Amino acid sequence: MNALKNSFREILRYPSAIAGLVAVLALVAVAVYAMIAIPYSKAIELWRGGEDVWYANPKFAPPAWINFFRSKKLPVSFHANSADGGMEKVVTPGSGDTATVKISYTFDFEADAYPQELMLYFTTTYKDKMPFASISLFTPDGREIRVADTGLEPQQNIRFSQQDRLVNRYGGGQQQNVMQGLFSDPKAATPTPLKGKYQLVITGTTFEAGSTIDANFVFHGLVYGLAGTDMYRRDLMVALLWGTPVALAFGLLASLGISIATLVIAAVGAWYGGWVDEVIQRITEVNMVLPFLPILIMIGAFFNRNITTILGATILLSIFGGGIKANRAIFLQLRESMYIEAARAYGASNMRIIFQYMIPRMIPLLIPQLVSGVAGFVFLEATLAVLGLGDPTLPTWGKIINDAEENGALYKGYYYWILEPAVLLMFTGLGFALLGFSLDRIFNPRLRGM
Amino acid sequence: MEATAQPEAPIIKKSFASSTFMRVAKYTGVRLVVLFVTVIVAIYLTILIANMGGYVDTMMRAEIEYDITQAVNANPANRSMTPEQKKTMTDQMITAEINRRHMNVPLALRNATYLVNALTLNLGQAIRMVSDTGSRTVRLILLERLPATLLLMGTSELFLFFSSLFLALSLSRQYGSWWDKIVIALTPTSAAPGWFYGIFMILIFAAVLKIMPFGGLVSTPPPTNPVLFALSVLKHLILPAFSLFFSGFFLSIYGWRTFFLIYSSEDYVDMAKAKGLTSRDIERRYILRPTLPNIVTNFALTLLAVWSGAIVTETIFLWPGLGRMIYQAIGFYDVPVIVGDTIIFAYLLAITVFLLDFIYALVDPRVKIGGGSQS
Repeated sequence: MNALKNSFREILRYPSAIAGLVAVLALVAVAVYAMIAIPYSKAIELWRGGEDVWYANPKFAPPAWINFFRSKKLPVSFHANSADGGMEKVVTPGSGDTATVKISYTFDFEADAYPQELMLYFTTTYKDKMPFASISLFTPDGREIRVADTGLEPQQNIRFSQQDRLVNRYGGGQQQNVMQGLFSDPKAATPTPLKGKYQLVITGTTFEAGSTIDANFVFHGLVYGLAGTDMYRRDLMVALLWGTPVALAFGLLASLGISIATLVIAAVGAWYGGWVDEVIQRITEVNMVLPFLPILIMIGAFFNRNITTILGATILLSIFGGGIKANRAIFLQLRESMYIEAARAYGASNMRIIFQYMIPRMIPLLIPQLVSGVAGFVFLEATLAVLGLGDPTLPTWGKIINDAEENGALYKGYYYWILEPAVLLMFTGLGFALLGFSLDRIFNPRLRGM
Repeated sequence: MEATAQPEAPIIKKSFASSTFMRVAKYTGVRLVVLFVTVIVAIYLTILIANMGGYVDTMMRAEIEYDITQAVNANPANRSMTPEQKKTMTDQMITAEINRRHMNVPLALRNATYLVNALTLNLGQAIRMVSDTGSRTVRLILLERLPATLLLMGTSELFLFFSSLFLALSLSRQYGSWWDKIVIALTPTSAAPGWFYGIFMILIFAAVLKIMPFGGLVSTPPPTNPVLFALSVLKHLILPAFSLFFSGFFLSIYGWRTFFLIYSSEDYVDMAKAKGLTSRDIERRYILRPTLPNIVTNFALTLLAVWSGAIVTETIFLWPGLGRMIYQAIGFYDVPVIVGDTIIFAYLLAITVFLLDFIYALVDPRVKIGGGSQS
């Protein structure tokens, strides 16, 4: 206990150790937050969800905070729903059973670029007579642009870029033309976005008692949220947050399992010697001939990509590695120590000597190895994911990089897509490696001055 | 006294010589057998894993059946056939294809054949992969990919080895200095693998600055002038080689530096300093000499790494080397290619381990071959 306290005090004397410790603790905090904020089942559901979950997000949108670093601001995505009061809705009863439903929404447009798309998702109820709506967009300079006049089915979607009226007026072909037409200043010589307050007005008419109209206005800007989106409109934040516990769990379990197993096996081999040692040595040599990464890839490609399978295979393939040889050499020296002889003299059993006398001696060497080992395994998981062999259900950092690579993020300039997970990976790797190196110097004072 | 001692000396010397010979011969024999058995077991395990204990067979059988049924049904020439005729034709083609791939032979027997063929370096034919010249011969496929890997890995690994060795030597002389502290502080960067830095390299130099190619071996179309061709390859080599180099650089310096520091705190080094030898002499005779076995081991392992290729870095940079080939082979379930690549690596490793024992004895007079059982 006292020794622990002392080593902790030692840690505080090394700035690099503090930095590493802070990084690791921050990651643990993020991991805990992720698991509480987005429960596992919800995370999977979100990550595997398609348009039905993510329709409100634009595709390939960088995070909104990049506007801070840009002189030309990009439009931020948003959506507003009249059903939950997000859009103002006024119902005026008319003659008979008819009623006029006026839904309006005013938004500021202060960007220097045009949005990707504007959409309206109508939800209506009626028995026989379909409600009707006209949609208009009022620009800051007072013009009224009529978007569409349409009957409304129970679920009706309106894409602005595909409305005949707008396409005819601004030229079809690309949805950018329509967006440019809607948001440009007509007086400017070259297309310039007109900034100010825009108002979307939906004037609907219902023809039955109990018939209702609700609209969800979705504005697909060019930037979204804190992390941006990918090719399926998914919020990358889900994977960035959930990647943390996955990476930490994989790294810690692999490192812990391998370090402890290696230590115990090396101790048993060194203590018993003879054929036990011989068998362990031979297995180690066979294992060192086996190509590690190709075998992991084969297991992932042919058999199972489940993260627990890969974790198990990683541990099994790494136990009999260089670590056993290094530990064995130290145990062979340790075996001849006086205190072991004393233990033998009082009649301690083999197991007692191995587990109570030999292994505890190695803990100062084990802990730094274990901590810096985590970094390597976090990257290993990412490596497999980048090769397309990540766990198919789990959102992880490596899979974001894989998605980005497959969609040509570097060629097309979606740098945020690769940089966000890469920075987190680097942070994790550096954090654990820093802490491990510092612990090594604290626990193994022979190297301290060096 | 002298006269009586004289005739005895040759006898002692002779018995000493023959015992040395016997010891070395016995040691060599035992070592060779052990290494060979190790290679056999490792290759057999690789074959088993590459087949997934027969699971790959099931998959491939289903694939063959599907492909041939589709092909027969889609062929307009077969339109006039009755369903029965089509069925017999499909079955015959499936059987022929299964026989062509030797899938009718029981798996255990096939594995044994694979093993014997692999051990005799009879690498055979690939199942799906084809070399650029159109050959399915595994040897040709490997040879075709080898130069690219040797170029990439040779450049990065050798550069890494020598630069870190010499920088470490000079750092170990000025430890505690500013440079020394920077290197220690940057050591954790080696936690990230080469491909990780590769992505950053592509992002900075190819995507943003547009001064380097995104990947590949040469520009398209390849220049016909050999000098321009070489320059183009060199330009494509820089980013992947630097990524691999950088990911190992600081850890390698740190390792060597600590290693040299341990040796330079030996008493005989202090003694040499006290005698007033130049630091160059001290380095060469008192630090490098005793560390030579380790340097040689590391160099041998570096040469081995050159052969194995870098799977992910090559994949990311579209570098047509052995690393990317093994990844593609796994994707095609191409067992002969996987086994071929593994067996050559296994042999090279075994030969290296075997030779290292002798090299140790050559460079370090304290080491006796087969004498004592050091780990």
